Amino acid sequence: MAAEIKLVEEAKVQAGMNPKKFALWLFMVSVIMIFGALTSAYIVRQAEGNWLDFEMPTMFWITTAMILTSSLTMHWAYFSAKKDNVEMAKVAMVITVILGAGFLVGQWLGWSELVANGIYLVGRESSGVSGSFLYVISGLHGVHVISGVIFLTVVMVNVFRLKIHSRSLSQIEMCTTYWHFLDGLWLYLFVFLLLNR
Amino acid sequence: MATTDIHIHHDVHHHDDHGHDEHHHEGNFWTTYVFSQDHKVIAKQFLITGIFWALFGGILSVIFRLQLGFPEANLAWLKPVLGQWITPENKLDPEFYLALVTMHGTIMVFFVLTAGLSGTFSNFLIPLQIGARDMASGFLNMLSYWFFFLSSVVMLTSFFLETGPAAGGWTVYPPLSALPQAIKGSGTGMTMWLVAMALFIVSSLLGGINYITTVINMRTNGMSFTRLPLTIWAFFFTAIIGVLSFPVLFAAALLLIFDRSFGTSFYLSDIFIGGEALPHTGGSPILFQHLFWFLGHPEVYIVLLPALGISSEIIATNSRKPIFGYKAMIGSMLFIAILSFIVWAHHMFVTGMNPFLGSIFMLLTLIIAVPSAVKIFNYVTTLWKGNIRFTPGMLFSIGLVSFFLTGGITGIFLGNSAIDIQLHDTYFVVAHFHLVMGSASFFGMLAGIYHWFPKMFGRMMNDKLGYIHFWLTFVGVYLVFFPMHYIGIAGFPRRYYTWTNFETFSGFADLNMLVSVAAIVTLSAQFIFLFNFFYSMFRGRVASANPWNSTTLEWTTPRNPGHGNWPGEIPSVYRWPYDYSKPGAKDDFIPQTIPYSETPESNLPHENELIKLESSNGHGAIIVEGKH
Repeated sequence: MAAEIKLVEEAKVQAGMNPKKFALWLFMVSVIMIFGALTSAYIVRQAEGNWLDFEMPTMFWITTAMILTSSLTMHWAYFSAKKDNVEMAKVAMVITVILGAGFLVGQWLGWSELVANGIYLVGRESSGVSGSFLYVISGLHGVHVISGVIFLTVVMVNVFRLKIHSRSLSQIEMCTTYWHFLDGLWLYLFVFLLLNR
Repeated sequence: MATTDIHIHHDVHHHDDHGHDEHHHEGNFWTTYVFSQDHKVIAKQFLITGIFWALFGGILSVIFRLQLGFPEANLAWLKPVLGQWITPENKLDPEFYLALVTMHGTIMVFFVLTAGLSGTFSNFLIPLQIGARDMASGFLNMLSYWFFFLSSVVMLTSFFLETGPAAGGWTVYPPLSALPQAIKGSGTGMTMWLVAMALFIVSSLLGGINYITTVINMRTNGMSFTRLPLTIWAFFFTAIIGVLSFPVLFAAALLLIFDRSFGTSFYLSDIFIGGEALPHTGGSPILFQHLFWFLGHPEVYIVLLPALGISSEIIATNSRKPIFGYKAMIGSMLFIAILSFIVWAHHMFVTGMNPFLGSIFMLLTLIIAVPSAVKIFNYVTTLWKGNIRFTPGMLFSIGLVSFFLTGGITGIFLGNSAIDIQLHDTYFVVAHFHLVMGSASFFGMLAGIYHWFPKMFGRMMNDKLGYIHFWLTFVGVYLVFFPMHYIGIAGFPRRYYTWTNFETFSGFADLNMLVSVAAIVTLSAQFIFLFNFFYSMFRGRVASANPWNSTTLEWTTPRNPGHGNWPGEIPSVYRWPYDYSKPGAKDDFIPQTIPYSETPESNLPHENELIKLESSNGHGAIIVEGKH
């Protein structure tokens, strides 16, 4: 008789996803809404005219390359941990943390470059608000990257303590998801700012 | 009082060599009652804080109603409390009047009807009604409350500033809110408002993320989405709306903080104060309104949907009938949730927006009437020919339907971009939103408290006092807000300190007096509730396990559920939550935990089919993958 049973109505005993991972996804949705709001505000304000065109600092190109690379090394660390290749995971995590911290330093240098080009947080002309947007958007992303680097560091320490391996992957999985998200978010912001200067 | 009792209890527990161990088997006073991770305790913390704020916000409204109803009155007797906010002429200070209006709005919308309502009932009911031991993350849940508490402390502290709390309206439109030179309340009070709201947003997001995760991941065996009580559906949609809209408020507030504290010009442009030009230039104040109302409108439904969910549950239970149109109820809530994100500009018809754009927002706004009407018809048809039991919770739920209808109808006027030119920022708007979202949600909250009090505290509230409370509040609310429609159509603008200085507005003084008297009576009636609430908590009649003969899971727990909610196994669910007065059934309700195999007398043909899916040992369906 059991063979005839098809599961139509019943919910599964454990609905698929780890609740913590699910919560992380929801958190990322709320972060998307913040940046969605800021970039919409940017478009609305720009449409009103009186807008100072700015050059993207060259440093931002370098940091973009850095965070893209760090996404690759993060995934390398994840694959290594999955295959219980601890030594490789350690190397990859260290590189990721260094690249993540480097990204933050690079963003700071990019800001210095902007200041040297006469783009300030507080514009002196009425068109200077474009600069304000640039600082606030990249700054708020930076704040999220700081949280990401802290998360990366925690995972790195756990890799060194041999707490992350093929049977205990959920932390490094969440970290990978979050880090890819921050990478993708920056890519969106960078392309957005490039196209809408 | 509560704290003292708990202390004594704790001491007994301590010296008794763990005699009561089976009741609270873990933790001391601090981890059990203060930094608790148990969803029921957190819900009660939200409730008590919410009640405090409701009383506080209500008292603020009565103070400014005194000014509006009795502009010539001598307010010297308020001096011991308000101090310098009473002028030497014994009148209310005009700037403090603005602060009162602002803080009344902020407190009621966010602290009472968002945190107090969602925080209490989502926390309390989600795990109990879906059959979970606790929230997905008890720790984040605890953080959610303590962020709210911190936010409350900051907001309360701003009342003790020399310059007073924020005074630029609860919508904090710049430039008024951005320039400390403009008004006293835009100084430190506004800074503290922004800090408090930032903390509040963190609290809301932590709560919302937790609610969604719990509903999706932690349902018990058999609790499919189509078997969820409508309360859970409502909390679920509310949490989704919150997670999507609160971050936008955060973005708006962030840019405002930069304008206020770092000198940027996102919202500020070409302003002269005292003949001197400010350095700000190039900003757009309308931008703030767009960002604010993108949260602000969904916020209306964050406030309202939980109340609608609660009343669906209470009306079905006390009509002894299945809710009419279960799926239509879910569908209309989903539709309302979607629409809530694309109508925000109806708050901005008179900002000089493109009239064509105005027409589009008008059309979208008026469409909301459709799902709202579906809900009202479903409530009425659920009541129709029901075996109605008028418990206090039921009365408040019916009151909610009444307010939702009368307040909703005026929404159709206000949603018209042409009529809005006349009605914008008048008392008509005040009357509209106080009925449809203020009073309706407030009634939903009270209905929920009366209905789930037995589960929260194991005792019943007094019915007689509940009836007196209901009738005084119900009549009081209508006496307050009905005349306001007339005052508004006559063109009285909101937020004005006084009208008697203007010849046009000096009529209707009697009507304003009536409103103020009604407001005082309505507030006084709430003390009946407060007495009933705290007295019943300790001295109320002991509740039975299922006092309302309800079908949902929370009534299968012990009278005072401990941590983990169910001793032993979590019950499985076999049917939807609205099997009331089912033809052929022995009782007029069949709990969700009763399998179809035990009720052959009342099963419908397709339900007999489902018996095959039920295993005999109560573990629900056997999941069969592949063939045996």
